[in-house]
Amino acid sequence: MRRPFFIALCVALFSLWQPGAVLAVQPGEALSDPALEARARALSTELRCMVCQNQSIDVSDADLARDLRVLVRERLSAGDSDAEVLDYIVSRYGEFVLLKPQFNIRNALLWGTPLILLLVGGGVMLAAGRSRRKAEPKALTAEESAALNEILTRRQ
Amino acid sequence: MVEIGHFALVLAFALALVQSVLPLAGARSGNARMMATGGPVAITGFVMVALAFAVLTLSYARSDFSVVNVWENSHSLKPMLYKITGTWGNHEGSMLLWVLILTFFGALVALFGANLPATLRAGVISVQGWIGAAFLLFILATSNPFTRLTPAPIEGRDLNPVLQDIGLAIHPPLLYLGYVGFSVCFSFAVAALIDGRIDAAWARWVRPWTLAAWSFLTGGIAMGSYWAYYELGWGGFWFWDPVENASFMPWLAGTALLHSAIVMEKRSALKIWTLLLAILTFSLSLLGTFLVRSGVLTSVHAFATDPSRGIFILCILTIFIGGSLALFALRAPTLTAGGIFHPVSREGALVLNNLFLTTATATVLIGTLYPLVVEALSGDKISVGAPFFNLTFGPLMVPLLALVPFGPLLAWKRGDLLAVGQRLMAAFAGALLVVLVTALFVDGASVLAALGVGLAAWLVFGALTDLALKAGVGSVPVGTMLRRLAGLPLSVFGTTLAHLGLGLTTLGVVGVLSFESENILSMRPGDTAEIAGRALRFESIDPVKGPNYTEDRATFALLDEAGQPYASVVSAKRFYPVRQMPTTEAGIRTMGFSQLYISIGDQTADGALVVRIWWKPMVTLIWLGALVMMGGGAVSLFDRRLRVGAPARRRKAASGRPGEAAA
Repeated sequence: MRRPFFIALCVALFSLWQPGAVLAVQPGEALSDPALEARARALSTELRCMVCQNQSIDVSDADLARDLRVLVRERLSAGDSDAEVLDYIVSRYGEFVLLKPQFNIRNALLWGTPLILLLVGGGVMLAAGRSRRKAEPKALTAEESAALNEILTRRQ
Repeated sequence: MVEIGHFALVLAFALALVQSVLPLAGARSGNARMMATGGPVAITGFVMVALAFAVLTLSYARSDFSVVNVWENSHSLKPMLYKITGTWGNHEGSMLLWVLILTFFGALVALFGANLPATLRAGVISVQGWIGAAFLLFILATSNPFTRLTPAPIEGRDLNPVLQDIGLAIHPPLLYLGYVGFSVCFSFAVAALIDGRIDAAWARWVRPWTLAAWSFLTGGIAMGSYWAYYELGWGGFWFWDPVENASFMPWLAGTALLHSAIVMEKRSALKIWTLLLAILTFSLSLLGTFLVRSGVLTSVHAFATDPSRGIFILCILTIFIGGSLALFALRAPTLTAGGIFHPVSREGALVLNNLFLTTATATVLIGTLYPLVVEALSGDKISVGAPFFNLTFGPLMVPLLALVPFGPLLAWKRGDLLAVGQRLMAAFAGALLVVLVTALFVDGASVLAALGVGLAAWLVFGALTDLALKAGVGSVPVGTMLRRLAGLPLSVFGTTLAHLGLGLTTLGVVGVLSFESENILSMRPGDTAEIAGRALRFESIDPVKGPNYTEDRATFALLDEAGQPYASVVSAKRFYPVRQMPTTEAGIRTMGFSQLYISIGDQTADGALVVRIWWKPMVTLIWLGALVMMGGGAVSLFDRRLRVGAPARRRKAASGRPGEAAA
């Protein structure tokens, strides 16, 4: 009866969670240089814990997440830039590890959709507004208003 | 007894088939008796599903492990509350809850739709019947909760421990009332398309249902967010998880629908767009159901290994979304476009609101589906997580929020932006003052944080300005002002409350994102730690035995300036032996709108305890704001114009009064 994804389904049920997602960064892990540590924390939020469902390594206490956090800090201490650290980790774990997908052709639709939709939608909106305004009735001519006045006074 | 439930469910399916055909056939052929069958059939169908649901709940309450579903998800030692809520804490049971709520809304339309035109009412009931029949068949064919197990095991396998929480009692029912509630809007749209007649009255009939569904969904999402916040043990409030996105997309689209329906009702404009939104909103609910229920989220491959359920829902999805959109494409050109308006007008502002909300919905949609599509097409696995949504969704929300206060102040048809700007001067000055005070006097406030707080203040002041202007604050005597205030339609208060709530939620989000502080350390009993200027002492850690778990309970004392304890916070780590799973029970203490949040980890080899402490400023405003928004929806629901049915009946006018139903 036990389906392989049964637990996952149960967990994914109405919300989102994974058991045991408790303590992430451990006291001993932090780097002594606060600037470097801040960069490490920022990078950690962009890296996926590969064995968790949808967590960054910053908040997961899985062993793999811990290894990755240590790895990030090692590379930073060795003088890597943020981009170099990410490149290194992607080369070892694949693109799946990035919570923020790369900007490349394959992901163009992903990154482009919001902007394209906003522009196209805005354009359609403006065009519709303009054509509607054209359809707006013009003011009455002098003859028309005279005729209207006549009708109105006759009624009274 | 269990078989009675099973039988009732089969009967409900048969009734749903009748409901799908008869009323609509009657409406098409002008047969009033056939149309009249809709009401009783819909109500009986609801009673049957309710009976089935009650039977399942009873099986859970009595721990009847001869039912597979109960055995898989319950345990005799579980507290009674969790036995009952466990009914919907699993796939089969939650689908039954889904259908229960669907038939509930169908029955409400039957009960309170007496003043709708007969053909529209029959059409709506039939379309509800289609959805009901499809999902009842889904349950009976692939997810039957009444399957028996012989011999019956002596003990069950327990419910996933993270679900053993009061949150499970509130969150799923509210969430489902929300996104299944949008089925009524969908049915109204499809029925109107079949009927071929859509006017401002249609928008008035749909509005209360939209409002009710939207309010429930707002509450459901907020409750889920708070549940995740305290249960997960690290105090995040939104994760951009696909399952969350599944409920957030209908909310965004529903919010757009709520606003465009106002334009349609008041000005008879945006008819086609409103119809499309009604269809899309429920389509997103269906998509969410598919994403969560099919297992496709775990992986495309997990979906492929056991596809029966997924394929079934995918078929339902294709038929309903494809069918309704095809009908829309067929009929939409025959609908007449409505009123004319200048871009700078209330209508224009609501269109702009729709533009941003729809784009935001599409952004969440593409972010959620992109990894699935990429994996299906190329086999590559990519992740789209929080950083993506923060970068795309965030910038879309900022201009939308900044524009909110303008909307309600603009006149219909042609507004005067300059005049509105002048009226908002006070609100703007107030917000500016808040920015300055934050930037100058709050420690560690960045420019961005100060602007964020200012944006929230702008929303709050803007919402109040609208109310103040309508009551004539400052320009008329106090007595007149109060009389005017009392005379304002409830929907004005609804708008104010909803926009005010939005401001509060924004303030909570900005507060926690910008000013949160964190302290991670190893502590031994007697050690003290400091967080955001507050001192606390780790008192002790003790083992405690619960009904179906054991826990290590750590007690912390908050110390005043003299070092004397004045309050205590308890944080625990639980272990549920049946499932062999640990959970965290975070220690939370609310101070004003802010919270102190403590979670504990493992004990290190030398006996020290890893402790993580957060100070989360303004965090409760995130959910309180959502409650205020929900309140705004509820207040609006009681507006007189949505209850025109009662007096109108006496005057023999054909208007609806579904408002009371939804209330």
